Amino acid sequence: MNIESQDLYTQIILSMAALVGLTSFLMLGQGRLLRLIFVFAVQGFLLTLTTALAAYSLDNHHLYISAVLTLALKVIFIPWMLRREVLNSNLHRDVEALGNQTAIMLGGASLMVFSYYVLHPIVQTTSPVMLNALAVSLSVVLLGMLLMISHKQAIAHVVGFMSIENGLFFAAIVATKGMPMVVELGIAFDVLVAAVLFGIFFFHIRTSIDSLDVDLLNKLHEVDK
Amino acid sequence: MIPAYLLLSIAFVGIVFFAVSGHKAEIGKINVWFNAGSLIASIWLAINVLNNGTILSADKAFLIDSFNVYLIVLTAFIGLTTSIFSNPYMEHEKDLGKLTAKRLKLYYSMYQGFMLAMYLVLTTNNMGVMWVGMEAATLATVLLVSLYRTPESIEAAWKYFILCGVGIAQALFGTILLYYAAMQIGDGENALLWSELFKNASQLNPEVLEIAFVFLLIGYGTKIGLVPLHNWLPDAHSEGPTPMSAVLSGLLLNDALYAVVRNKMLVDGATHSDMAGHLMMGFGLLSFLVGALFLHRQKDIKRLFSYSSIEHMGLMTFAFGIGGSLATFAALLHMMVHSLTKSAIFVTVGHATQVAGTQRMDKIRGLIKTQPKIGWGLLIGTISIAGFPPFGVFTSEFLVLLATMHSYPWLTLPLLLGIGIAFAGLFRHIQPMVYGAKPEGQQAVKANLLPVMIHLALVLWLGLAIPSFLAHWFSQATVLIAGGSPL
Repeated sequence: MNIESQDLYTQIILSMAALVGLTSFLMLGQGRLLRLIFVFAVQGFLLTLTTALAAYSLDNHHLYISAVLTLALKVIFIPWMLRREVLNSNLHRDVEALGNQTAIMLGGASLMVFSYYVLHPIVQTTSPVMLNALAVSLSVVLLGMLLMISHKQAIAHVVGFMSIENGLFFAAIVATKGMPMVVELGIAFDVLVAAVLFGIFFFHIRTSIDSLDVDLLNKLHEVDK
Repeated sequence: MIPAYLLLSIAFVGIVFFAVSGHKAEIGKINVWFNAGSLIASIWLAINVLNNGTILSADKAFLIDSFNVYLIVLTAFIGLTTSIFSNPYMEHEKDLGKLTAKRLKLYYSMYQGFMLAMYLVLTTNNMGVMWVGMEAATLATVLLVSLYRTPESIEAAWKYFILCGVGIAQALFGTILLYYAAMQIGDGENALLWSELFKNASQLNPEVLEIAFVFLLIGYGTKIGLVPLHNWLPDAHSEGPTPMSAVLSGLLLNDALYAVVRNKMLVDGATHSDMAGHLMMGFGLLSFLVGALFLHRQKDIKRLFSYSSIEHMGLMTFAFGIGGSLATFAALLHMMVHSLTKSAIFVTVGHATQVAGTQRMDKIRGLIKTQPKIGWGLLIGTISIAGFPPFGVFTSEFLVLLATMHSYPWLTLPLLLGIGIAFAGLFRHIQPMVYGAKPEGQQAVKANLLPVMIHLALVLWLGLAIPSFLAHWFSQATVLIAGGSPL
C-alpha cells in the first residue's frame, strides 16, 4: 500500500489512526494523573476531528451529532470531572511509580502487533487501509486494558476504561461510517451514565478506604475472609 | 406489538415514579404492582405470539419470536416473585439500620431500571441496541451491589463495574465488526437488524464474522460468568442485597447467554463451520468444571450458590455449543428451570441469613428446627438444583447428557464427573445448615415463602410434564436455532 496513491480523506484517516495510537502509548507510560487526563482529552479531540471529517466527506449529518457528543463528553465533561477529582483528593503532586516501564512499553508494542495479527484475515476482502484502522482501534482497546493493569489509581482505571471506549468509537467511525443513530445515542448515554457513576464511586471508595489506590481494595478473597 | 411497548413503558414509568416518590411508605407494595403489570403485559404478548407466530414491529425495531418470548415471560415472572420477596426483606434490612430511606428509593428505581434493560435486550431486533441494553443492565445494578456501603460491597461493585464494563466493550467491538460485515452487503440503518442479518447470513463475510464472534463471546461471556471471566460474579452476588442476587442469577446471566446465541445463529449461517460451537463448548465445559470444584471451598452461602450459577451457565453454554436439536432443546429448558430454581434458592438464602444474622455457612445451623419453612425450602431447592429427579433440572441435564453421548461420547465422562462433584460440593455445606440443633437464641423471622413454593412447584411440574404450549415454543425455538425439531 502506497500512502501517496490514496485519496486525501484516506490519508488523513490513516494519520489520525497513527495519532490515536500514539496517544494510547503516551498514556501508558504516564505516571502523573493530570498529564494522563490531558492526553486522554487530546485523544478525545482527535476522535472529534475524525468524526467531523468523516461527516464532512461523507455528507452524513448524524455524524456531526456524534462529533458534538464526543466533544462534549470525552474532551470536556469527563476530563473536567477527573481533573476536579485529582485536585480534590490532592493527587496532583504524586507521581505513580509504575512497575517495569520497559516491560509495559514492550508489552504495549506486542499488543499492537497482536492486533494486526488477529485482524489480518479480513485483508482478503477489504482494503489495507481498513485493516490499519481496525487494527489500531483494537490495539487502543487492548492498550486501555494494559493501562488499567499497570496503574493503581482508580482515576487511571477510569481513563483506561474510557480510552477503550475511544478505541471502539474510532473503529465504528472509520470502518462503518458510524453506527446507526439509535445505537450511537444509546452508547453515548451509557458512557455518560458510566462517567457519573464513576464520580459517585470515587466518593464511596475514598470514604471507605481513605484513598483512591485500588490495590487497597483487597478484602474479598476466594476462601477464608 | 402493543404489549411489548406496554412492557417497556411500565418499567420506564417505574424508574421515574420511584425516583420521584420512592421515599413513601408501602413503596415495596407498589413495586410489586409494577411488576405484576409487566407480567400481565408479557403474558398478553406471549398469547399474541402463540396465536400469530413471530411478530416484527412495523419499524423493525422489535422482534418477538418463540426464542425470546418465553424468556420475556420468565423475566417478568421472576421480576414479580422477587419483588414480592424483596418487600418484607428490604423493610427488615431497613429496620436493622443497614439502609436509609434514600437508598431504598435508589433500590426500587434501579430495580425497574434493571427490568427495563432486560426487556430491551430481549425484545430488540437491533444488535447494537442489544449491546446498549446489556451495558445499561450493568449500570443499573452496579449501585445496587454497593447498596450497603460496606468496604466489601464497594470493592465488589467496583470490580463488577470495571470487569463487566471492559468485558462488554469487547462485545461492542464484535458488534462493530458484525456491522462492518453487514455493510459490505447491505445498506446503513437496517444493517444491524437481526432479522435482516439472519435472512442474509449466508452472504456475510465468514472471516470477519469468525473474528467478531470471538469478541462477542468474550464480551457477553463476561456477563454470563464464563471462566476465566467470572471473578466479578461471586463478589457481586455475595455483597449485594439478596433480591439483587436472585435477579442477577436468574435473569442477567440468561439474557447474556441469549445475546450470545442470537449472534451464534448469524455466525453459523455465515461460516458453515463448528467454530462458534466449539468455542462455546470449550468455555462452557471449563466453567462447568471450575464452578463445580469451587463449590467445595466456599465459606459464604451466597458465594456458594453463585458458583453453582457459574456451573449451570457453563452447562447451558456447552449445550448450545453442541448445537444439535436435542442439545438446544435441553439448553432452552435448562435456562428456564435454572432461573426458577436459582432465584427460589436465593430468596430462601436471604431469609436464612436473616435468621442466622450472618452469611458464613459455619454459623448457619439448625434451620429446620428454627423455621421449618426456610429449612425445607433450602433443602428442596438444593435437591432440585443438584439435578435430582423428579425436578426439571434433572430432565434438562439428562437431555444434555444424552445429546453429548450422541455427538461427543468422550465428553460424557467430564460432564458426569462435574455433576457428581457439584452434588457433593452443595450437600456437604447444606446438610449441617438445615439439620442439626438450633443455636441458642436463634429466632424465626417474618418471611414470605410463597415465591419459593411457586417456583419449586413449577420446576417440579416441568420435570414431570412440560405443558404443550411451552413444548411448542421450545421446539419452534429449537428449529430456529438448530434447524431441526427434537420432537
